Amino acid sequence: MKGIGSTMALLGSILFSFLLAVRFPQSLFAFLLFEGSLIAIYYSSIPNNLKLWLGALVLLWLMPILGYINGYYLEVAIQIGIYVALALGLNIVVGFVGLLNLGFVAFYAIGAYLWAIFGSTQANQFIPGGLFPLSPSWFFVFLLLSIVVGAVTGTLLGLPVLRLRGDYLAIVTLGFAEVVRALVNNLDKPVNLTNGPRGIAPITKPPLFFQPLLEFIGVKVAEAQLYPLYFYFVILAMVCVIVLVTRRLENSRIGRAWKAIREDEVAAAAMGVPVVRTKLLGFAVGASFASAVGVLFAAKQVFINPESFTFMESIGVLAMVILGGMGSIPGAILGATAVTILNLQLLKGLSLWLNGLRQSGAVLSLPFLGSYSLSQLPAQFEPAKYERMVFGLILILMMIFRPQGILPPRQERRK
Amino acid sequence: MALLELRGVSKRFGGLQALTRVSMDLEDGMIASLIGPNGAGKTTLFNTLTGIYQPDEGEMRFLNRSLVGLKPDKITGAGISRTFQNIRLFAHMTVLDNVLVGMHARLNTSVPAILLRLSRFHEREKLARHKAMELIELTGLCGRENEWAHQLSYGEQRRLEIARALAAEPTLLLLDEPSAGMNAAEARSLMALFVELMGRYVKAILLIEHNMRVVMGISHRVHVLDYGEKIAEGHPDEVRQDPRVIEAYLGQGSWVENARS
Repeated sequence: MKGIGSTMALLGSILFSFLLAVRFPQSLFAFLLFEGSLIAIYYSSIPNNLKLWLGALVLLWLMPILGYINGYYLEVAIQIGIYVALALGLNIVVGFVGLLNLGFVAFYAIGAYLWAIFGSTQANQFIPGGLFPLSPSWFFVFLLLSIVVGAVTGTLLGLPVLRLRGDYLAIVTLGFAEVVRALVNNLDKPVNLTNGPRGIAPITKPPLFFQPLLEFIGVKVAEAQLYPLYFYFVILAMVCVIVLVTRRLENSRIGRAWKAIREDEVAAAAMGVPVVRTKLLGFAVGASFASAVGVLFAAKQVFINPESFTFMESIGVLAMVILGGMGSIPGAILGATAVTILNLQLLKGLSLWLNGLRQSGAVLSLPFLGSYSLSQLPAQFEPAKYERMVFGLILILMMIFRPQGILPPRQERRK
Repeated sequence: MALLELRGVSKRFGGLQALTRVSMDLEDGMIASLIGPNGAGKTTLFNTLTGIYQPDEGEMRFLNRSLVGLKPDKITGAGISRTFQNIRLFAHMTVLDNVLVGMHARLNTSVPAILLRLSRFHEREKLARHKAMELIELTGLCGRENEWAHQLSYGEQRRLEIARALAAEPTLLLLDEPSAGMNAAEARSLMALFVELMGRYVKAILLIEHNMRVVMGISHRVHVLDYGEKIAEGHPDEVRQDPRVIEAYLGQGSWVENARS
C-alpha cells in the first residue's frame, strides 16, 4: 500500500504535537504545532480517505481532550469554527459569484437575534402569555428556521441590489449591515423587540440531550466543561455540513453558473444562465450559513448586543476569505483559522508577554539610545488592540504579493 | 419553413441609428452570412437577436415564437446560441467547465438532487460530461479539457467558444467573426467544421465574417448591412456583383477581386 510510510510519519508528528500540548498546556507554541498538524494532513500526499481518518482523529478525539485540559483552547476552536463557517458562506458570495458583499455580518446578526429574542425572556415583551424563554430543545428548530430566515432576508436584500455591480453593490451591502445594526440598536421602543444597546441575556443554551447516555456509560463531566465541548461538536458538525453543501453545489451546474457569472456576466447569460436567479441563490445560500452560525453564536455567548455585529466583523471575514483564496473551500477554512489564531492567540499572547515584561520592570538597553525601562511602555502599544491594523495589513499585503490567496482554487484533475 | 424571421428591426443608441428596419429570413438547413463594413451594425444585430439589447421597433420570430422582450438565457433556452467577436470565455474555469456552462439550460438538475447527490444527478452529470467531451473532440481541443480557458492559444479559444455555444444544443448558431485572426489553413478547417455541424448539431448557422473566402465558400445566402440598413441579400455570386455592395465597400480595398482569386 502506497503512502504507509508518510502516514505513519504524519501520525507520529500529530501525536508528538498532541503530547507536547498536553504536557505544556499553557504553551502557545505547542498548541500552534498541534493546529499545524491539520495543515500537514491537508498538504500530505497520502490517499484522501486516510486524510479523512487522520483529520477525524485530530478533530473528534485529540482536540476535545486538549480542550478538556485547557478550556481556552476549546474556546479558540469554537471561535475558529464560527469564523470558518462565516468565511465559507462569504466565500460563496465573493469567491464563487464574485459579488463584493461588505455587509455579510448582517445575516449573522439576524440569526443571532432570532434565537436571542425567542430563546430568552425578551419575546415576552411583545408576545403576551409568558411563553418565553423557549425550552432548550427549540434551539435545533431555530437552527433550521434560521436557514430559512437567512435565505429569505438574503433574497429580499438581493432582489433590489443585485442589478448593481462592483463598488455600488459593496456600498449598498455595507449600508444594509449598518441598517440592521441600527435597527437592533434602536428597536427597544416603542415596542421592545431587541432591548437596544443593552443587549439580550441570558439566552437559552441547547439541550444536553445526551447527558443520560453519558451517565449511563459512566462519564462524569461538569456542566461548565460539558457546554464548551458540546458547542465544539455542534460547530464542527455545522462546518462539516456547510463544507459538504458548498462542495456539492460547487461541483454542479449551479456552482459552474456562479463562477461563469463571476467571470463574465454577459457570456453567462448568453449561455443560458439566468443571471439574477443564480446570483440570488448564491446570496441566499451564503446568508443562510451566516444566519445559522448566528443562532449558535447567540446560544454560546448567552449574551449578545449590537456591538458584536459591527462593520469590523464583515471586514474580518472578508480578510479571511481573501487571505485563504477567493473561490476556494480549503482557502476559506485556512484563512479563517489563521486570522482567528492571529487575533485570539498570537496578538493576545504577545500582549501578555509585553505586560509581563512591563510589570517585571525589565530594562531595555539600546546602543546609542541609552536604556529604556519597559515599565514606561505606553498602554497603546498593546498588540491585542491592533486587530484592525492586522486586517488592513493582511488585505494590503495579499493584494500586493499574492492576490489569488494562500490556497487558490486548483484546477481539478478529473479522470 | 423559416426558422428565423426578422421584420423591420430597429435599434437606436441615443442619436445613433444602429439598425434601421432590418428584415431577413433564415431557412432550415441554411448557412447565411452577414457582411458589411466596420460599424455597419452586424454585432448589434446579434446582440439584439440574443436579448442583450432590446429592439426599439420590429418583430423577431424564431420557430414562430416572438423573441422580443425575452432575456438572454430564455433565448438560449429557445434554441439560439452564439459566440462573441471579442472572445468572452470564462477565463478561470477549465475548458470542460466552460463547455458544461453552455449546457446550463439543458441540464435541469434540481437543487435537492444536487445536494443529496441523487442518482438523477449522477446520470445527468455523466451524460453532460460525455457530451462535453464529444464537443471538445469535435472542435479539436482533445487533451486540453482540464486546462484553464485562458491558457489556450487564440485559435483554440475561438474553437472553445464554438464548443461552448454548441453545448446549449442550439437550433440556430450565431457566430461572430469565428475566423478572425486565423490563418488560411485554420480558416479552412473551420469551414469544414461548420459544414459538418449542419444537420448533425444545428439546423442553421448565421455568421458575421470579414474573411470573404469563408463567406463565399460556405454561405448559401449573404446579407449585407451598411450603416444599419440592409442593402443587399442573395446568393454569394449575386451579392458580389451588386453595385450597392461594391459602393459600400469601396475605399476598403477591392475585396471583390480578392474573393475571386
